Amino acid sequence: MADVKLTHVKKIYSNKVEVLHDINLDIKQGEFIVFVGPSGCGKSTLLRMISGLEDISGGTLEIDGKVMNDVPPALRGIAMVFQSYALYPHMSVYDNMAFSLQIAKASKADIDKQVRKAAEMLQLTPYLDRLPKALSGGQRQRVAIGRAIVRSPQVFLFDEPLSNLDAALRVATRMEIANLKDNMPDSTMIYVTHDQVEAMTLADRIVLLSGGNIEQVGSPLELYEHPANVFVARFIGSPSMNIVPCRIEKTGESTRVSLSSSEVVEVPIVTEASEQTKEAFFGIRPEDLRVVDSKEQGFISGEVAFVESLGEATLLHLQVKGCKEMVIAKQPGTLISQRGDLIHLAAAPDKMHLFNDKEQSYARLG
Amino acid sequence: MIRSSKRSPLIYLTHATVLFLVILWTIPTAGLFISSLRDKDQLAVSGWWTALSASTHMVVDRAEPPSSQVQEGDHFVIKGNILHGQSGKISKFGYSSLHPQAYKAGEVVSIRNGQTMQVMSNGDYVLSSPTKWLGRNGKRIFYTAEMPPHFTLSNYKEVLGADGLGQSFINSLTVTIPATVIPILIAAFAAYALAWMRFPGRAILVACVVGLLVVPLQMSLIPLLKSYNWIGDLFGVSSKTYVGIWLAHTGFGLPLAIYLLRNYIVGLPREIIESARVDGASDFDIFRKIILPLSFPALASFAIFQFLWVWNDLLVAMVFLGTSPDHIVLTAQLRQLMGSLGGDWGILTASAFVTIIIPLCVFFGLQRFLVRGLLAGSVK
Amino acid sequence: MEQLASALVYMVIGVSVCAFYFYGSNFLLDKLFPTKNRAVDIVARNLRITTRIRPWLFLGPAIVFLTFYLFYPVVDSIILSFYGRAGKEFVGLSNYSWLFGNDEFLESFRNNMMWLVVVPTSATFLGLVIASMTDRIWWGNIAKTLIFMPMAISFVGASVIWKFIYDYQSAGNTQIGLLNAIVVFFGGEPQNWISMPFWNNFFLMVILIWIQTGFAMVILSAALRGIPDETIEAAVLDGANGIQIFFKIMVPQIWGTIAVVWTTITILVLKVFDIVLTMTNGQWDTQVLANQMFTWMFRGGGDFGRGAVIALVIMVLVTPIMVWNIRRANQEMEGH
Repeated sequence: MADVKLTHVKKIYSNKVEVLHDINLDIKQGEFIVFVGPSGCGKSTLLRMISGLEDISGGTLEIDGKVMNDVPPALRGIAMVFQSYALYPHMSVYDNMAFSLQIAKASKADIDKQVRKAAEMLQLTPYLDRLPKALSGGQRQRVAIGRAIVRSPQVFLFDEPLSNLDAALRVATRMEIANLKDNMPDSTMIYVTHDQVEAMTLADRIVLLSGGNIEQVGSPLELYEHPANVFVARFIGSPSMNIVPCRIEKTGESTRVSLSSSEVVEVPIVTEASEQTKEAFFGIRPEDLRVVDSKEQGFISGEVAFVESLGEATLLHLQVKGCKEMVIAKQPGTLISQRGDLIHLAAAPDKMHLFNDKEQSYARLG
Repeated sequence: MIRSSKRSPLIYLTHATVLFLVILWTIPTAGLFISSLRDKDQLAVSGWWTALSASTHMVVDRAEPPSSQVQEGDHFVIKGNILHGQSGKISKFGYSSLHPQAYKAGEVVSIRNGQTMQVMSNGDYVLSSPTKWLGRNGKRIFYTAEMPPHFTLSNYKEVLGADGLGQSFINSLTVTIPATVIPILIAAFAAYALAWMRFPGRAILVACVVGLLVVPLQMSLIPLLKSYNWIGDLFGVSSKTYVGIWLAHTGFGLPLAIYLLRNYIVGLPREIIESARVDGASDFDIFRKIILPLSFPALASFAIFQFLWVWNDLLVAMVFLGTSPDHIVLTAQLRQLMGSLGGDWGILTASAFVTIIIPLCVFFGLQRFLVRGLLAGSVK
Repeated sequence: MEQLASALVYMVIGVSVCAFYFYGSNFLLDKLFPTKNRAVDIVARNLRITTRIRPWLFLGPAIVFLTFYLFYPVVDSIILSFYGRAGKEFVGLSNYSWLFGNDEFLESFRNNMMWLVVVPTSATFLGLVIASMTDRIWWGNIAKTLIFMPMAISFVGASVIWKFIYDYQSAGNTQIGLLNAIVVFFGGEPQNWISMPFWNNFFLMVILIWIQTGFAMVILSAALRGIPDETIEAAVLDGANGIQIFFKIMVPQIWGTIAVVWTTITILVLKVFDIVLTMTNGQWDTQVLANQMFTWMFRGGGDFGRGAVIALVIMVLVTPIMVWNIRRANQEMEGH
């Protein structure tokens, strides 16, 4: 099975629009990699370039150590699961799964063995004679996956495979894909989604893309706990991280900043002396904020603008003086609070984030 | 819809208007059909709409000729039925043109020299005479009868047999079937290439097809006829052959075929085609195993179009096939009949119906596909 | 029957030849540049070559046919229009000067223009009205089928049908033509509609309108049904009445489709030939361009030069629509 390596990969469309700039990525064999990012970030294009459905405008793509830039899709050792499943509507489930093997002129017995094995694995055996239109959405999705498995590819590519399913089915199918990965520990899987929950739950490593660039590559928790920049910080986690503009007052082993709300906070992050008096961004996740009784116990205060009670948690949207954006605090359980209440918040110092004026994380720079 | 539920007077008006229009649109064809089923003689003297209801006719007919007389006792009798067995009710009759309605049915009327005539209301008549009936022709009987609608297939028998329409029917089929099937395959391949394959000049080719869509057929006739004659001379064959007209119809039908099919094929889901590509299928495989089966509705609708067009065509057939008996198609034959038999409505109406019956069957049978094809070509 | 059998045989041969060509050429391509079971770089090179060649294999026959049957004739007609009767001696512009001084041409041109104005407008308008009405009644589909039916009838067949409607018998005799029967029933004088100068053109146009209204109706009906219900409901809430909704809300939303229907019928009208040929053959001031061209080409020995000139006039009249169509197609292409 195979590693996937992208070196200085670029995509420029015929109308001169560059949608991917200089992508470098090393995917190890057996990894489950998720490309995530807002729509239009180029994640699907990148996947389609790996599959061979889009040309590569610059750089090299290697699969298993071989340059694949000009190799047709079918010979790259990949299989792809499409968002709309892309089942052949006029063929039975069996024929859908057998199609690629028939094209490759495999023997009848061999085809039959492969198809039945995959059907068994995905519990599709009773449906082999049906046409796709007689299947439910989840079953169709499984056929699409089965079609990929049958080819025993080195690399699986998934292009937003769950976005056509309803919420309940999505969770179930997500678990199935996770199981699939466990059953095939040697296969490399690359999965595209815009849904961060899918990314967090499935990925060994997440590749977060934005505007044609890779923002950060790392394990889900790494992205959550140590976002490389403000974009990643905001994208991962829901509700997203609170970002408050600030100014660096003191540098060194720990950094003191004054927030735009005029409070002063000591953050245990190392900064260079040259950063003194520079503009920066202070970040704290809503779930890391804790309501305290007095102003002295906390580090930031604000007036409640509105309250969202979700049952298992309560979201407080606070208007903080001097801040344009609301600060959100997520508190477990139900919290009685009214519009206009003054609330004080505290947080553990190691949960605090600090980004420089170019929105890059000091923690990672240091 | 929303408005119909409340304004009932308006909806009645709508019903009435549509009904009126439907009648207006169907009457011409209905008239033709009814006429073709009527007696030739009646066609020329009364409107076809009178054939639908029972009507009173004043008719003159002849009794059986004297040769059929039999002797009953001392009288010579001629018996028969003046309605020739058809149903009808005679109210009055007479023996001279001066008084055609002189007597009520059932009366026994003496003519002269002891000869008598009796006509019953069901048409049975008895002519009786003390002396032998003479002459060659039967006696004239005038009668007034209430006749029910009467239809006959005799016009059809006549046109299909004697007037060569049967042969033209076969000629038309000979032209139409290959001229419908051959372009489909050629167009389908071209349509797929123009829809899903990437190559330089694709946009220009699509533009060309769209442009050629409106080229008047008439432009092509002279240059093509010249080419056909040249090719004919070269190989020493006639320039008017079935192969020639098949190819001509193929050429003329291609722009529409490519246009319709491309519109359809381009609308097939991209991911299905990409999926097949990832599965290792070449364009030829994709076309055969994915595109062709999925394009069946569009192929069917083009086939119907082309069938109707070729079957109904007059111009191309006249130019490229000519009007010799083993080449003349139905439309051309019908036109000739119109010229030579302008007044013989019996032949003309039956012939016309023979030419339109096949397209009508195709139309009513496959209308669903036809509509779908029309829409693929126009609504985007 | 024997002939039909041989036609079927030819058809099978024709289709086989086509199929053989497509199979054979693609097979050959794959044999010459194999893309299976070879080293990756050879496969990549071969694949580049085959993807470049294959579209032309697919398009080949179509291009040959289109060139020979449509493109070449257009070019040749232009050349022929500068030559004399048999297409041999060069006569310069004399065919053109003959054309514009020719009374019959001016008459056909005038008639064609009348056809162009009357037929597409009437058929589209009637189609639109019928479509909107039939969508509202339960037996609308039956009504549509019946109105659509003449579409399947040949122009020649339609001519016989209508000749029967327009039939004329001199006054006093029983009228067997429906139109005259109605006129007489209401106490009028029977008319010979077909030879009534000027107006007879309109009686011929009725035939084409009768045929084409169904086409317009089917397409416009689909377009009307494609209008989102919300826009109509919003208009109802805004207090618009049925007529206002139709003209101010529905019609503007289907302008594109109306234009397509209109141009399609216009093209057909320019080529109208069969109806005039069979009904009047251009007599009694009903000549049209297509029929006049046919007459010049194939009657009286044939004058290819003059026929070609008339064909060119038709071509020129069609050109604006052609340009418009191509533009529209290009816009659609960009969307893909």
